[in-house]
Amino acid sequence: MYDGGKIIPGLIIFVLFITFPVWYNRGNAGAVPQPELPKKFKECVLPYADMRAEHMQLLNRWRDQVLRTGDWGFDVKIGDTMYQKSLMNTCMQCHTSKKKFCDRCHTYASVKPYCWDCHIAPVE
Amino acid sequence: MKYTFPLAAVVALVLFSWVGASIPGMQYIFGIVVPYLAMGLFLGGFCYRVIGWARSPVPFKIPTTCGQGFSLPWIKYDKLEAPLTTSQVIARMFLEVVLFRSLWRNTKATVYKGPKLTYESSKWLWLFAMLFHYSFLVIILRHMRLFLNPVPAVISNIEFFDGILQIGAPTMYLTEVTILLGLFLLLGRRFFNRHVRYISLANDFFPLYLIIAIVLTGILMRFFLRSGVDIIAIKRLAVGLVTFHPTIIADIGSIFYIHVFLVSALLVYFPFSKLMHMGGVFLSPTRNMANDTRMRRHINPWNDPNIKPHSYAAYEDEFRKDMVEQGIPVEKPLTAEESAAAEE
Ligand code: HEC
Ligand code: HEC
Ligand code: HEC
Repeated sequence: MYDGGKIIPGLIIFVLFITFPVWYNRGNAGAVPQPELPKKFKECVLPYADMRAEHMQLLNRWRDQVLRTGDWGFDVKIGDTMYQKSLMNTCMQCHTSKKKFCDRCHTYASVKPYCWDCHIAPVE
Repeated sequence: MKYTFPLAAVVALVLFSWVGASIPGMQYIFGIVVPYLAMGLFLGGFCYRVIGWARSPVPFKIPTTCGQGFSLPWIKYDKLEAPLTTSQVIARMFLEVVLFRSLWRNTKATVYKGPKLTYESSKWLWLFAMLFHYSFLVIILRHMRLFLNPVPAVISNIEFFDGILQIGAPTMYLTEVTILLGLFLLLGRRFFNRHVRYISLANDFFPLYLIIAIVLTGILMRFFLRSGVDIIAIKRLAVGLVTFHPTIIADIGSIFYIHVFLVSALLVYFPFSKLMHMGGVFLSPTRNMANDTRMRRHINPWNDPNIKPHSYAAYEDEFRKDMVEQGIPVEKPLTAEESAAAEE
């Protein structure tokens, strides 16, 4: 097309656009979030890796069971203690700080669970 | 054959990466080496193709016009369909790139009783294309949350609006539905529209199958095969890739490696296939030239500068004698001397 004056700048803009994450981060990957784990407890509802990957699905299942079938059951066994299917009365009993636990990961991964529009986070 | 061969190719890619990524140690190949290679080939291939086009001469001025061209000042002309000025060309290109305006003109020949032949505009293709391309764009932008740290507000806002239905956790995104809808409609068009089926080739089906596979593995990973899909570890790897310190800090499920491998395959395939229309749309002489042949002379860059213009008058001067001899009419008769010489 012999129109390098327009094509080459266009191509450069395209390449800069595609490689935007490289310029944006400028070689700094940042720290991996370290959620503050409860000190008094050793175990979570599910094994550690499953909790990391699947906790939202667990919460979703609990929510559906509680709200759709009225199954409030105190049938979540962690260690020797039985827990209720509940966001505030279970998760947040052990993970007492939303800011130092849930939010650390969520900010990093840019997820903003809307749960807290209604559910009240522990007072900090 | 043309339907099943590309499908088999996509299945082979899935199986290859599935088996490959399950071998201990191979995660570094599938998670780091393959994405780097793919991105390199994509950028290199893209530039190679565009520069190749930039170096090709355009011998003629060939804008496709589909409206009244400019002739006399008091005859109204179509500024978008037969653009005369650069700004009109830019407006035409903009509408083409952003709204796929020419698909609006996708005419379909139908024979009615009579027999009466009509060419009606069939807007479906335009609709499917819009659904697909814009969903794809939003999905790519949304994925930037895994590559940018900290995540800019624009990206979070796109995510918020995409997940505005707040169905389930992790939330369902609107674009997951619309891209699948768009893709299946585009594929269905190639299967069920007889004319289109006839002209479709394996390389029309392959990208559709490949992108469908990418979308399906993505959806499976997000909602159904969640175990081992630790987004924190995945983001660490993704940010690592773009800061050139990639690390894999946990065992990530195979579905993730399959997804990444398919995306890499798409990146590699992109510059060497019809998908290059992404760059090509900007470089189409039929779209990006002004319809001003009667105002500005288009010089063919192929022209040999040693060949000078040869007017008819000069031509006649050169061949007048022979022309008269052959009885071909001439504008300027032979001079007396010349005709005397010719007589002999
Ligand atoms: C009995 C107390 C207890 C309860 C109740 C509990 N957790 Fe945990 N949670 C823990 C402990 C202890 C760990 C660390 C486990 C380990 O290190 O293996 C943990 C780990 C986690 C992790 C992984 C953190 C990391 O560093 O990667 C997540 C996510 C998590 N919990 C979410 C939840 C959610 C969501 C709930 C409610 C459904 C919940 N937990 C309920 C005690 C609890
Ligand atoms: C529109 C407000 C609202 C939003 C948003 C909301 N919830 Fe709820 N949730 C409720 C109400 C109301 C109940 C019933 C509480 C009751 O009956 O005591 C409930 C109950 C639950 C329960 C079982 C009971 C308990 O004590 O926890 C779970 C688990 C739950 N929600 C999880 C979630 C999660 C996870 C999210 C975010 C993805 C979420 N909710 C978002 C209003 C909301
Ligand atoms: C190990 C880091 C980590 C910790 C700790 C953690 N989360 Fe998450 N959570 C995530 C990631 C990553 C996602 C996003 C998953 C995705 O996008 O597929 C997520 C998603 C969610 C979602 C679904 C949000 C949506 O709209 O899609 C809910 C609900 C949720 N987390 C609740 C919690 C609660 C409640 C806690 C604190 C008790 C918590 N999480 C702690 C990493 C974490």
